[in-house]
Amino acid sequence: MTEREQIRKTPTESPAVEVDETPGVSDQGEKLKAELDDLLDEIDEVLETNAEEFVRSFVQKGGQ
Amino acid sequence: MSITKVCGIETEYGIVTRGVEDQNPIAASSVLISAYLDEVAAGGPNSGDGPLLGWDFEDEQPDRDARGFTPHGSQAPDIETHLVNAVLTNGARYYVDHAHPELATPECSNARSVVVFDRAAERILELSMNAANRILPPGQEIVIYKNNSDGKGNSYGCHENYMMDRETPFGRIVSDVTPHFITRQIFCGAGKVGCEAGLGPDEVPFQISQRADFFEEEVGLETTLKRPIINTRDEPHADPQKYRRLHVIIGDANMSEIATFLKVGSTAIVLAMIEDDFLPTKFSFAKPIRALRSVSYDLTLRQPLALSDGTTTTALAVQWELFERATLFAARSGLACVGDEVGRDILAKWEEILTGLESDPMTLADQIDWVAKYRLIEGYRDRHGLEWSNARLNALDLQYHDLRPDRSLSRRVGLQTICNETEIETAMSDPPLDTRAYFRGMCLKKFGDEIVSANWDSLVFDTGEKRLRRVPMLEPLRGTEAHVGSVVESSVSAAELLESLGA
Repeated sequence: MTEREQIRKTPTESPAVEVDETPGVSDQGEKLKAELDDLLDEIDEVLETNAEEFVRSFVQKGGQ
Repeated sequence: MSITKVCGIETEYGIVTRGVEDQNPIAASSVLISAYLDEVAAGGPNSGDGPLLGWDFEDEQPDRDARGFTPHGSQAPDIETHLVNAVLTNGARYYVDHAHPELATPECSNARSVVVFDRAAERILELSMNAANRILPPGQEIVIYKNNSDGKGNSYGCHENYMMDRETPFGRIVSDVTPHFITRQIFCGAGKVGCEAGLGPDEVPFQISQRADFFEEEVGLETTLKRPIINTRDEPHADPQKYRRLHVIIGDANMSEIATFLKVGSTAIVLAMIEDDFLPTKFSFAKPIRALRSVSYDLTLRQPLALSDGTTTTALAVQWELFERATLFAARSGLACVGDEVGRDILAKWEEILTGLESDPMTLADQIDWVAKYRLIEGYRDRHGLEWSNARLNALDLQYHDLRPDRSLSRRVGLQTICNETEIETAMSDPPLDTRAYFRGMCLKKFGDEIVSANWDSLVFDTGEKRLRRVPMLEPLRGTEAHVGSVVESSVSAAELLESLGA
């Protein structure tokens, strides 16, 4: 096995390790989803009220 | 042997004045920066002896080309010497550039330090907004966005700079770092709704990078027109015999600290490997600009990219290859050039992020900007049954980058952080300890009244004698706390300081 192949093992094997921990992964997924739902519930309070006008008037001069 | 990758970030921020008929971004940027400088000079929470109004243009040569020639018709940016231009006590430069406020961080010795100073820069912009809005007429408000596009074809940059060994052939830098610049966007893209290069929402509803639409050349001197993947500006701001400064214009401004960390960290290691000629696999893209955009438009990260030899690769495959070489490089040569401990963190994060991108990018919604933004916007779209062409989605996109804490969406998506509050606060007024920015910043703090002007590689003092005295700082790793800390500390005047330094 070449040096490169040995190194390559690390990244390709790590997803497999995570698959063994499916319950943990799905917990994390559920948590993220719950957080997103909370954020979407409250986001309208933060959003610019007239989105169309806000986006239309957001014009910048080109820079570097 | 690769040299220490002294590095920094310069960000042009989007600026809007609400409550006025006609936008005047140059005037607004001046008001913004001046208001901040006035508050700091008046002894605000962030004041030292005071920032300096006066940039020394002596060493600015943005028209010098690293290739040793300038192709016919090529256009370098003009230098605008008349606009607000200040040096801050943390060693940063804060100025008006091309109708945008721009803040260039001080020189940092590693990627983590860059993240701290980039976050401090955001905070300085936030204080600037507050200061400006206190003096604007009622009903007017300046708002700052840390993004790179207005969604209408106008872009502004977030550039990185890396110190490199002058001995490294520029041609090798071009060939070996281009694959990294084409593919690193999969973890440092800031995400964008739609396309500004002629494709509609059906073809490109959302893309990974803010900037990919604006690049048209592979190599060149321009930064505002026909932007090239590799910018050839040869302006080292250091000893030109020994060093070059690679001026990277292709990045997005990141809200995620982890994205900034990995962007700068991975690039620093790739450049170190190029100095050591340690990248045997050459990814020569058949059409680099097309590849750059393909990567940006492909959220699956699986799009085959054509190579010159007729085979194909993918963005992930290129990044895995670079990561693997970096791991070998670390084992063989060590990572002192990017900071040993920081280097280990970069490798660990690089692997973690590539692994996540390979299995399911959405698992990185708390680390990677384009994923965080996509997930938020897709969630909102789904909930309200909106088409991708709906302006509310563009509004969400822009507001992700809003620097007002009560409006910023990036602050609400749960991004992980790597810096702590104390170090960010400190970095707003104090320079890094381990580069020449220490000398610049501390001199401004302590002897600000006796400094006439400053730039990256010199300070000019007026100690009351007949002649002004210029102190050159051509070595970015000299003038550190370890070198001059005790002298700066013990001197009671600039004259005494210069005497002690033998300047």
